[in-house]
Amino acid sequence: MVGKLLSLEWKSFTRSASFGKSLGLKIFMIFLAVYFAVMFLFVGIGLYPILKEIYPDNDPILKLNEFILGWLAFELIFRFFMQSLPVVQIRPLLLQNIKKKKVVNFVLLKSLFSFYNILPLLIYVPFAVVIALKTDYTAVSMIGWAISVLFLSFSINFFNFLIKKKFAEDLKSFFPAIIVILVLAGLEYFEIVPVSEKFGVFLNYVLEMPYLAILPIILCLVFFVWVRNTLKKKFYLDAGLKTKQKEVKSQDFEWLKRFGDLATFLQLDMKLIWRNKRPKTTVYMSIIFLLYGLMFFTNSVYEGMPVMFVFAGIFISGIFMINFGQFVPSWDAAYYQMMMSQNIPMRKYLASKAALISFSIIILTILSTPYAYFGWNVLLIIFTCALYNLGINVPLLMFTGSFNKKRIDLEKSPFMNYQGTGAAQWLVAIPLLAVPLGIFYLFYKLFSFNIGLLVIGILGVIGILLRNYLMDKITIQYKKNKYAMIHGYKQTGD
Amino acid sequence: MITATNLSKVYNGTKVLDIDHLEIPQGQNFGLVGNNGAGKTTFFSMLLDLIRPTSGNIFNQDITVNESEDWKTFTASFIDESFLIGYLTAEEYFYFVGELRNQNRADIDTFLAQFEEFFNGEIIGRKKYLRDLSKGNQKKVGIVAALIGEPKVVILDEPFANLDPTTQIRLKKIIKDLSKISGTTVLVSSHDLIHVTEVCERIVVLDKGVIVRDIKTSEATLKELETYFSGEQIPEDFKETTEVTTEAEKADNPE
Repeated sequence: MVGKLLSLEWKSFTRSASFGKSLGLKIFMIFLAVYFAVMFLFVGIGLYPILKEIYPDNDPILKLNEFILGWLAFELIFRFFMQSLPVVQIRPLLLQNIKKKKVVNFVLLKSLFSFYNILPLLIYVPFAVVIALKTDYTAVSMIGWAISVLFLSFSINFFNFLIKKKFAEDLKSFFPAIIVILVLAGLEYFEIVPVSEKFGVFLNYVLEMPYLAILPIILCLVFFVWVRNTLKKKFYLDAGLKTKQKEVKSQDFEWLKRFGDLATFLQLDMKLIWRNKRPKTTVYMSIIFLLYGLMFFTNSVYEGMPVMFVFAGIFISGIFMINFGQFVPSWDAAYYQMMMSQNIPMRKYLASKAALISFSIIILTILSTPYAYFGWNVLLIIFTCALYNLGINVPLLMFTGSFNKKRIDLEKSPFMNYQGTGAAQWLVAIPLLAVPLGIFYLFYKLFSFNIGLLVIGILGVIGILLRNYLMDKITIQYKKNKYAMIHGYKQTGD
Repeated sequence: MITATNLSKVYNGTKVLDIDHLEIPQGQNFGLVGNNGAGKTTFFSMLLDLIRPTSGNIFNQDITVNESEDWKTFTASFIDESFLIGYLTAEEYFYFVGELRNQNRADIDTFLAQFEEFFNGEIIGRKKYLRDLSKGNQKKVGIVAALIGEPKVVILDEPFANLDPTTQIRLKKIIKDLSKISGTTVLVSSHDLIHVTEVCERIVVLDKGVIVRDIKTSEATLKELETYFSGEQIPEDFKETTEVTTEAEKADNPE
């Protein structure tokens, strides 16, 4: 039975939308996974020398033990926001001849194999091996230590699900736990009682008496049984398996009315953005990326390389354009058929999308004015790049959008989500970023920094002046690709 | 009036639709029946320019559907849930479609008032996104949205599926009134022979993309359709009526 469930799981992984069908995407995902695994492995191996260097007077492992509780707390917070138990997936199994207990066990045990549990494994185990080899600690005590830390981590894994389940149904029932955590954190923070240090003492004992590792295993088992019993009680369609539904508040974005013809579509796009997870996260990411410029403008390394400033300028003012624009019109994939058969001229539909992206460039540029702190030159760069984005990059993205044939699930998180990504998304990066950088570099080398900027700015203005002409051409392209797009958006699998 | 000539669609060498000539006069209640894969949805999708025909043309009021977008101003449709915008509430969706059809909010509110009975209190003011409504209620929203702005042509694919019995009865009345009162051409497809014979003046049977029956609805139609779909031999006299009605149809509506 477990074998069958595992094979289901494997299929759901390899056939999942974000994993995609294309080979290039698969290679990229595998590359990312290997990259992270290797990074953590290096941290695991390198931790011993690092600790030795920072605290030359202390025994590295005893020092590390002092920090473990703090680390676990961080892990809990991280998991709380990132990791969720995929209970909805088991809905189809409800009607089948499988015992509830088995399904719940399976879902819970499966969670142990998640990315979040494999990463700590890659740190703790190499660290324990290094210690066993380099110091007087015996292999047995290090095995005991590694088991303890791992099972503490697994306990956090189950504890997190418990919090989430309890949290979802009744906030009050969880107050005592929150208060205990806050008190502990307070004691530590205000240096009244060094809680983390005290907790580390336990791990020190484990090093002396490795059989004490049984305690974290028991703790983990307790949490496991607790979560399992809670989940089993909620294994009903109207309880734990229900997808969340909030009462909706109607917003109209009336202020968009002033944009006349386009208002209807702009209002729809605002709702699209604020009511769906993926586009909403895109907005937040754009705001965070506003700070990206700090990396360039504060770092003296880039002082002699104004090309990097232009890169930052294009990026800061155009981050929403890049993140949102590259998936136009896939955002409307789910109801693209409706948009195409309704009383909507294609030209107007595209114009509204272009307007939305243009607004985002203007808003981001305004928000980036504090960069004037680093000199008016910096502001000038950002403004010029914004012009280029408005004039050239917006039509460019609209044009490449006509090659988008992959559906996007609006409710999925964009992190590590490559759904909707096709060759077009990778290729567009070249003209989008490389061309302005190249043009600037050429004129910068031939003439001067100012001439380079001027050329970029003029290109942008020309693009803005030609906007109508370009949009006409783009509309023709969209009409040509219409049937292929409709067909592509109907494929829910990829 | 809708005319299809030499219309065909080929997927990977298989012909899924092959219509020599089909004419649907203005104001007719037109029903399309056929088993799965008969080409009903393909035909409707072509009518809406969502699928490009391999050969032939469709004209909607003399506009070639895949060449001009002008037919969109007087044609409305509901094919399936993918015609709904999941993150809007029902009211927002109606207002959105209304704006596309030059109807302001007050117009829409008056328009919706006449469907109060049809909605049965499950649509308006529910504060739910369309994606969270049940299938039946989603269908109600889609159908009513297709009637906004007095379109001349309304296309409904399987409108009766997923609806509760009361709503089915109400929908039948709505469809009948559409062509009777406002002269709208209504194209309906259905798997339910009883509903379709009750609602439509004319029924066309598709089988593997080919028109096999073209019937002017009469008392005998239901029986005839049932006989056809049960796979039994069709009695001679029925066959005759079929042919006769087809002839009569053509005589009624000369090209």
